[in-house]
Amino acid sequence: MDKLLVSKRMKGRLVQNAILQAIFFFATVLGLIALMLLLSHVVMQAIGWLDGDFLNNFPSRRPEEAGMKSGLIGSLWLMMIVAPVSFILGVGTAIYLEEYALKNRFTAFIQTNISNLTGVPSIVFGLLGLTIFVRELGLGRSVLAAGLTMSLLVFPVIVVAAQEAIRAVPQQLREASYAMGATKWQTICRVVLPAALPGMLTGAILALSRAVGETAPLVVLGIPTFIAYLPSGVLDTFTVMPLQIYNWTGRPQEEFQHVAAAGIVVLLGFLIMMNSVAVLIRNKFQKRF
Amino acid sequence: MNKWKRLMLSGVLSGMMVFVAACGGGNKAGGNDAEGESASELSGEVIMDGSSTVYPIAEAAAEEYMAEQPNVKVSVGMSGTGGGFEKFSKGESDFSNASRPIKEEEKQAAAANDIEFQEFQLAYDGLSVVVNKENDWVDYLTVDELKKMWTEDGKEKKWSDIRSGWPDEEIQFFSPGHDSGTYDYFDEVILEGKEMVKTAQLSEDDNILVRGVEGDRYAIGYFGYAYYLENKDKLKIVPIDAGNGPIEPTNETIETGKYTPLSRPLFTYVNVKSLKEKPQVYDYMEFLLETAGDLAEEVGYVRLPEEKYKEQLETLQGLK
Repeated sequence: MDKLLVSKRMKGRLVQNAILQAIFFFATVLGLIALMLLLSHVVMQAIGWLDGDFLNNFPSRRPEEAGMKSGLIGSLWLMMIVAPVSFILGVGTAIYLEEYALKNRFTAFIQTNISNLTGVPSIVFGLLGLTIFVRELGLGRSVLAAGLTMSLLVFPVIVVAAQEAIRAVPQQLREASYAMGATKWQTICRVVLPAALPGMLTGAILALSRAVGETAPLVVLGIPTFIAYLPSGVLDTFTVMPLQIYNWTGRPQEEFQHVAAAGIVVLLGFLIMMNSVAVLIRNKFQKRF
Repeated sequence: MNKWKRLMLSGVLSGMMVFVAACGGGNKAGGNDAEGESASELSGEVIMDGSSTVYPIAEAAAEEYMAEQPNVKVSVGMSGTGGGFEKFSKGESDFSNASRPIKEEEKQAAAANDIEFQEFQLAYDGLSVVVNKENDWVDYLTVDELKKMWTEDGKEKKWSDIRSGWPDEEIQFFSPGHDSGTYDYFDEVILEGKEMVKTAQLSEDDNILVRGVEGDRYAIGYFGYAYYLENKDKLKIVPIDAGNGPIEPTNETIETGKYTPLSRPLFTYVNVKSLKEKPQVYDYMEFLLETAGDLAEEVGYVRLPEEKYKEQLETLQGLK
């Protein structure tokens, strides 16, 4: 009797399985196709426009002469601030919350707030940065002001990822360390952090990728779009790649759409390079346990 | 093993730093101290921000000016007309570009911070009303018809409601978004403060509007003259009748003011204190007035009549 029931239902289950598999496969392929279409469209448009001059020229009203030098170098400068500041802030917060903080209401309150911060629209961070860094602290429209604003914007992402990574470190490792007579700090610094680093770096990759592509908060800060010189310090004004692309896509001349496409390709390349550095470091640290 | 990791990390970081430093240093070599060399060589910063409509003219001017005065650092932002004034009224910028005149509350904000300013006109823009290429019924529109079309009255808008004999099809509206000076201007001269049709599709990107009108036979839209010029072959322009017969926007009709009421001036507001204290700001303003006409036409706007630039140059000299 049992066997009969099983064989009766088997067919339905197999069909169900096949349908679900098809749906999931479709979901994967759909995303991929959309991405491929977008990429190939952008790359096709960029062909012929993306050359050495494009990387070496400053912005211009003439599409043939327009280039991304100030945006590219500006984005690099911005990342030089955002990467260390957001990483140190984020990992510090995660260590405190996971290793030191008591599990009480106050901690829960902080935790909820950090989780909610990830959902705050970026323009709000722009307003915050404008008030605090640009005006109150008098940093002006500088690399530093923008870098700090962007760090605040992306740091919740790093905190959440770093917390997950720290939580994933087996408790036995900590206990073994204590058993060897290590202090709490020694344990965190020599056992927990190295083990959690790959996960933290994944968070950092996501965070920096977001920071490098953001436009809205920088527009609010008043970061200029046309700049035909390079910053020589963190207190100088600068511009970034997304601002250039935003400007070019809005231009009436057809040629600027190609310039924008070339800009997008450069931005993508920049992102990939930045991420591969993080992936390299991550791989170096993986295979801990 | 720990050492090796640290070495690796610091190696990567310092490599990046060297790259940035190497790229950043190059420009500094020219030196900021132009004093003593020659009187005409200026240095310092010129900060310009504001309307994205005026941005192409400002960008062109900045580009040309820096070819003449390589030690002056001109930066141009595009925070929008409102965003530009917000910073201008706090003394954070020397110039604020605007696609509409300064509002009363913006004036008060500037006055509250003791910011004295002077308005200059740089060029004209003619808001162009366009329909689909396949639209064969619209020959022109009067200002009243435009008003009837674009104001919200709770009813569905059909072409046949505007003029009898036109198709019994719903009109698709495309308009720039609420944050743009273009919307403000249309709101002022056509809607006169009344609400715009709710079915209108708004976009801050005029290229989207072009594509919208291009793709729908029953569509109508409006945007800056430059966007019409670039897409002439894809769209049909609608001449506007303000009582003196239908007039199409062209360089000539906009410059002479015959294309009313949809031509509008584009402004820049300059901080008078900067003008007096920073020679590079004064020099840049002078340069702007001397070149704005040519540069405006190059990027798709319309020059002011020559005497207007002359008058404004005199005003500028009076401020020195």
